[in-house]
Amino acid sequence: MKFLIALLLTALLSFVGGLWLPWWEIAGASFIVSVIIPQNSRKCFFAGFVGIFLEWGILSWWIDFKNNSILSQKIAQILPLGGSSYLLIFTTAIIGGIVGGLSALAASYLRPASK
Amino acid sequence: MRVIPFFSWLILTVAIIIGLDKQWGSIPSIGKFLSPQHGFWQNADPYDKDFGGDLKFPQLLDSVNVYTDERMVPHVFATNDHDAYFIQGYVHAKFRLWQMEFEVYAAGGRISELIGEKAVNFDREKRRLGMVYAAEKSVAEMEKDPVTKNEADAYTAGVNAYIDNLKESELPIEYKLLSYKPEHWTNLKTALFLKYMSLDLAGHENDFEYTNVRNFLGISTFEKMYPYGQDSLDPIVPEGTEFPPPGMNVKFPSNVDSVYFMKTDSSEAILENKPDRENGSNNWAVSGKKTRSGKPILCNDPHLGLNLPSLWFEMQIHTPKFNAYGASFPAAPGIVIGFNDSCAFGFTNAERDVRDYYEIRFRDSTMKEYLFNGKWIETSFRYDTIKVKGGSDFIDTVAYTLFGPVMYDRKFTGNRTAGTKYYAVRWKAHDASNELKTFYLLDHAKNYDDYYAAIQNLHTPGQNCIFASKMGDIAIWDQGEFPAKWRRQGDFIMPGLDSSYAWQGTIPQQENPHLVNPDRGYVSSANQFPADPKKYPYYLGGYFPPYRGLIINKVLSNMVNITIDSMERLQTNNFNEFAAMAVPLILRNLDPDSLDANERDYLDTLKKWNFFNDANEAGATVFVLTWESFENVVWSDELGKCKGPTTFPESSTLLESILKDSTFEFLDNINTPKKETLRDDILAAFRKSTVSLKSLDIEKKLSWEKFKDTRISHLARLAPFSSMHLNVGGGLNCINAATADHGPSWRMIVELTDTTNAFGIYPGGQSGNPGSRYYDDFVDDWSKGKYYKLWVMNKSDFNDFKVKYKMSFGK
Repeated sequence: MKFLIALLLTALLSFVGGLWLPWWEIAGASFIVSVIIPQNSRKCFFAGFVGIFLEWGILSWWIDFKNNSILSQKIAQILPLGGSSYLLIFTTAIIGGIVGGLSALAASYLRPASK
Repeated sequence: MRVIPFFSWLILTVAIIIGLDKQWGSIPSIGKFLSPQHGFWQNADPYDKDFGGDLKFPQLLDSVNVYTDERMVPHVFATNDHDAYFIQGYVHAKFRLWQMEFEVYAAGGRISELIGEKAVNFDREKRRLGMVYAAEKSVAEMEKDPVTKNEADAYTAGVNAYIDNLKESELPIEYKLLSYKPEHWTNLKTALFLKYMSLDLAGHENDFEYTNVRNFLGISTFEKMYPYGQDSLDPIVPEGTEFPPPGMNVKFPSNVDSVYFMKTDSSEAILENKPDRENGSNNWAVSGKKTRSGKPILCNDPHLGLNLPSLWFEMQIHTPKFNAYGASFPAAPGIVIGFNDSCAFGFTNAERDVRDYYEIRFRDSTMKEYLFNGKWIETSFRYDTIKVKGGSDFIDTVAYTLFGPVMYDRKFTGNRTAGTKYYAVRWKAHDASNELKTFYLLDHAKNYDDYYAAIQNLHTPGQNCIFASKMGDIAIWDQGEFPAKWRRQGDFIMPGLDSSYAWQGTIPQQENPHLVNPDRGYVSSANQFPADPKKYPYYLGGYFPPYRGLIINKVLSNMVNITIDSMERLQTNNFNEFAAMAVPLILRNLDPDSLDANERDYLDTLKKWNFFNDANEAGATVFVLTWESFENVVWSDELGKCKGPTTFPESSTLLESILKDSTFEFLDNINTPKKETLRDDILAAFRKSTVSLKSLDIEKKLSWEKFKDTRISHLARLAPFSSMHLNVGGGLNCINAATADHGPSWRMIVELTDTTNAFGIYPGGQSGNPGSRYYDDFVDDWSKGKYYKLWVMNKSDFNDFKVKYKMSFGK
């Protein structure tokens, strides 16, 4: 339950932050959630990772859906990802997820080890 | 707190963020670029994006409404001209900001700021040609006139209103890819854009190549290879027209034979980047007596480099003073090729050579003084700072003489191995002029007199300005401020030691070739000679392809009951007039018995060809490769004797020469003891071409469209943002002049009935955003030769179903 709340809160907070702050606010969002919802380091990492993975993944998927994949197919040739929109959405989500997860993981070590 | 793991993970996280935030060479910040709320995803416009809205700008005098239709064409309704131009600037920026700025960066030599070191030579060339110098003079002229000053100021303010309200996440995607931000717009940038067009249209010459040929082969051989005039010519002003004696007498310099024509010293072989010489166009207007409606029809299709986003942006501007519809240039105010409630107007390129080189003698390599009329004159210097991405600034010192900037010197050699000479460029586009006024006045024109007054402002690039009005007038003027030259002046590099080789003056405007309401019922131009060179009293140096003009005039003179439909068919016609003259000659001189079975197959394809460059025709491919190979066989031996760059004689010269004389002296290969004949050369050429034909055949690329492979490239040459491999016929010497990357950039047909009946299309789309459905949505229809009805919206149409979105602008 706690894990799910942390995950959703990470996604929500990073979405709101993204409206005003630079892209790396996702690290701040997952950091804060990891501090205020104490969990073990592994859970903190996954809450941050999955939270941002979902936020970036769902957002980019939704944008892509509304766009009929016009742009993603082109960008996926420039990057290069073989022109695959899904691979581009996945890459987007993974990059966001790694930043979010690692930041949450670091934050988890602010607390003493709990048993 | 567990210090060691905390800091270890923190440092790793920060390092990854920095790594993802940093630009690595030409790779943008990956984190920012991929972020759905910041990066490229924000440029993926929803398919049903709402382009409507309410906006307030204190700069406006009154409220303005912009209605966009299904093709995203904006119809601007303003209560005064100022507001209309402000909104035009805003709308251009909204749809095309990156392109506008990029073209101006290219014009002013600033590409190094975006892509670094590798563009420095490109930038230096633009600076040294004096592009910025020319634009500065032009903006001074534009701002001297209160009408164009107000127009340009309002336009600039409109562009900046858009830029100032642009969020970083909304930046056009190219800014995100190249990691930079838009600057403020200025009137100078508008002027620079117009100079970009001048370079494209009035920047072509062959001075170094011609000088080289003259030096190595001599003037008499040169005259045979590059003659002045053509046999197969149907000029804009019909042959046989008499011209009054010239108002301006041009005199040869006294030492022209020894110092110019017979000169054979070593000029240095400069290799220049040149605008596409096929930058041309077709236009024609037929009078009411040749049309079914009894009203004139005007047609225009400018042939320019085909790019995405397109050079053109379609729109309508309605104010109490004018109501113009047509193609506009993002980066400049006004409608450029279009029509209003009274008349229609368009352009083709005049093709005149207005860019010449002078060899300058400096006192020493500091270039501080140069010899002119027997005295040492002080040079003025212009210091051009070129900013280089990822490097230090490059400061170029350019010497300015009385002729113009010294483009090539010891520091900028133009690909010479060692440049020891100095060449100043005299370019007509350096002279102050106010071309913006031309478009302003045309948009407001009511009749022939207004049109005539408008085109007086068009100095460079010289254009064949076509006109038709609802009052029934049709007209064409070969207009521009053209230097009056003596025969061959400026075809070779000229001595810059004194004033004797300088341009002596300008052809008086009223003596420019023109045709108004001729009995034959039509006026036309297709970049051919504007007048018969044997009759016209001034030298017409330049490049004038004859064939499109021939076929257009042939068809128009026979046409009656002309309709929009028949004009559409003519504008998209793929008949190759040049091939129709050349193929019979090839067939006459090619003996099938001397070919093997395989070669005979290709000969059969050529024999069966109907001379239409239609998309699926293999005959067109066979012809083009055969002719290319024939030119190589004929000219390579002579030109091989010239060290340094040369240029092949015109195809029309070769064809006309052998049609007249099958023993044309250049047919002989001077490197063999044998004396080759026409038959030998054609056989050799055909055999060579079959080698390429065979490999094309194997790759299944023998059909004309596959071989030609027409494409519309993104301005920054990003292939995924381009339209590739279009199924398009036409090509060189066809009315439908679509080559691989060049061609009809805006096809327009306007019937001047009481309610204007107009059609048009361009190969692009209204949006400059590769993430928009409106980015390239016209391309397929353009390829198929289709047209859109151009909807001139009236005040009573505000609720018409064709209106998709409404943008309201208020104070």
